[in-house]
Amino acid sequence: MRRATRVRLAADTALLLTAAAFAVPLLWLVLAAVDAEADLRLRVPSSVTAGNFDAVLTDEITFTPMLNSLLLCGGATVVSVVCAALAAYPLSRHRSRWGRSYLLTILFTTCLPITAIMVPVYGLFVQVDLIDTMYGTALFLATAQLPFAVWLMKNFMDGVPVVLEEAAWTDGASNLQTLTRVVLPLMGPGVAVVTIYTFIMLWGNFFVPFMLLLSPEQLPASVSIFTFFGNYGSVVYGQLAAFSMLYSAPVLVLYILISRKLGGGFALGGAVKG
Amino acid sequence: MSASRTGWWRWVPLAPATILLLLFLAGPIGYCVWIAFTDTQLTGKAGAAFVGLDNFRRAFADDDFRNAVLLTLVFTFVSAIVGQNTLGLALAGLMRAASRPVRTLTGTLVITAWVLPEIVAAFLLYTFFRREGTLNAILDWLHLPSQNWLFTLPILAVSFANVWRGTAFSMLIYSAALSEIPREVTEAAEVDGASGPRRVLYITLPMIRRSIGTNLMLNTLSTLSVFGLIWAMTRGGPGNRSQTLPVFMYDQAFLKSLIGYGTAVALLLLLVGSLFSVVYLRLMKVDP
Repeated sequence: MRRATRVRLAADTALLLTAAAFAVPLLWLVLAAVDAEADLRLRVPSSVTAGNFDAVLTDEITFTPMLNSLLLCGGATVVSVVCAALAAYPLSRHRSRWGRSYLLTILFTTCLPITAIMVPVYGLFVQVDLIDTMYGTALFLATAQLPFAVWLMKNFMDGVPVVLEEAAWTDGASNLQTLTRVVLPLMGPGVAVVTIYTFIMLWGNFFVPFMLLLSPEQLPASVSIFTFFGNYGSVVYGQLAAFSMLYSAPVLVLYILISRKLGGGFALGGAVKG
Repeated sequence: MSASRTGWWRWVPLAPATILLLLFLAGPIGYCVWIAFTDTQLTGKAGAAFVGLDNFRRAFADDDFRNAVLLTLVFTFVSAIVGQNTLGLALAGLMRAASRPVRTLTGTLVITAWVLPEIVAAFLLYTFFRREGTLNAILDWLHLPSQNWLFTLPILAVSFANVWRGTAFSMLIYSAALSEIPREVTEAAEVDGASGPRRVLYITLPMIRRSIGTNLMLNTLSTLSVFGLIWAMTRGGPGNRSQTLPVFMYDQAFLKSLIGYGTAVALLLLLVGSLFSVVYLRLMKVDP
């Protein structure tokens, strides 16, 4: 056997073993969701049923939490992306010591463990009466994701040549007009990546809504699923798996949408590359 | 050129982002510094007295805190530094030698685990590690001893869960880094008769050392703040045997109502995070 073939076979084998280890929990999710008698163990269902999905597709279990997630994460994403686009513009277009320190601070906050400040945030929210409000929680989520959104947006914006704006300036366009009519349309795919990425990160966020929202009817899917399986013992695993699939589906679909854009060069990798 | 492109107001678009960051990020951090020095018990200000460094003294004398520090170190070292980082690098390297379908399959699975919401990942790994779960079924089938993983080795179970969930990030960073190494360099070494391991050690690794630094730092920082995964899988238990700093902080501040003490712990975590961030920024030598 040729040496190159041997190397490829060895690499394939090692990767397939790893792939199997990553696949087992995912496979359990898919099989348990269609198994009427699902338990904790991975197994092929004796008969395939949609019963688990039927059981969880109710207002209380699925629709309300998913709608809450959509409002919460959608709202936070809009705030985050709009603020990031505005902020990225001067940072990308104007050079100064000041802008540089601002960017370094932004980058520094990107790295801070947000988990650590949840205790004071909770205290602050109680005092200013933002606790248990959707908009308060959405604003905090937007802020938590903002540093990375600014950083990513600025990197995409740097790719748009300034020459194109100069024409608009000559015609007397203001900064805001140049940004919304020239720069943002030109970096459409970049804006899409930042938006989708921000939404994916927020959709999966558990700790923030878990701390800041209290009333059951306001909880997003990330927290409701936890209360669902938090009461160990009486769990119907098949239904929980079905719900997990419904809850995960939007982010998986969105990721597939941007993966072409991210793949290859992988913009996020590029954004943080040393 | 109009004044809007030269005067101070060209920085005005920064305002919305800056206001949000000051209100919801800088504000809480400042507030964090204040309440860490008080004996705040519940949420109201009433009755909270300034206690100086008492909370910190108490932390360093607290066995549970020291246990949490130790577990955080174990969790971070095992799952981020060894697990995510090494596995991510190995996968990225192997993918360059593997055939296309295998590469696509592995990549898709690893990335799916990463994109899944945190609590779903926690739930999947919880079922995997339970006594009646899949791991023990596999071990039984192989005639190997099975055990109640979440009870006997909780910190390793959550570490593995974090590797399962977080490796994709390293894999993507390293794939990008490796794809930038010119083929001629490795080919030249091959012609000179350097063996595979030597080429990796003396050529590939030095060439991607900045990516390694960046990745290690980002993995470490994100692992320091993992809460949902551990909380959902073990609640920090049994006892306190998987109680890392974020879980300990939550336990003290909310379950035991010791807000001041919990915040002091949060502040220490934030300090460690800041330290790492500074090192990371230095290492990256960012030039925005």
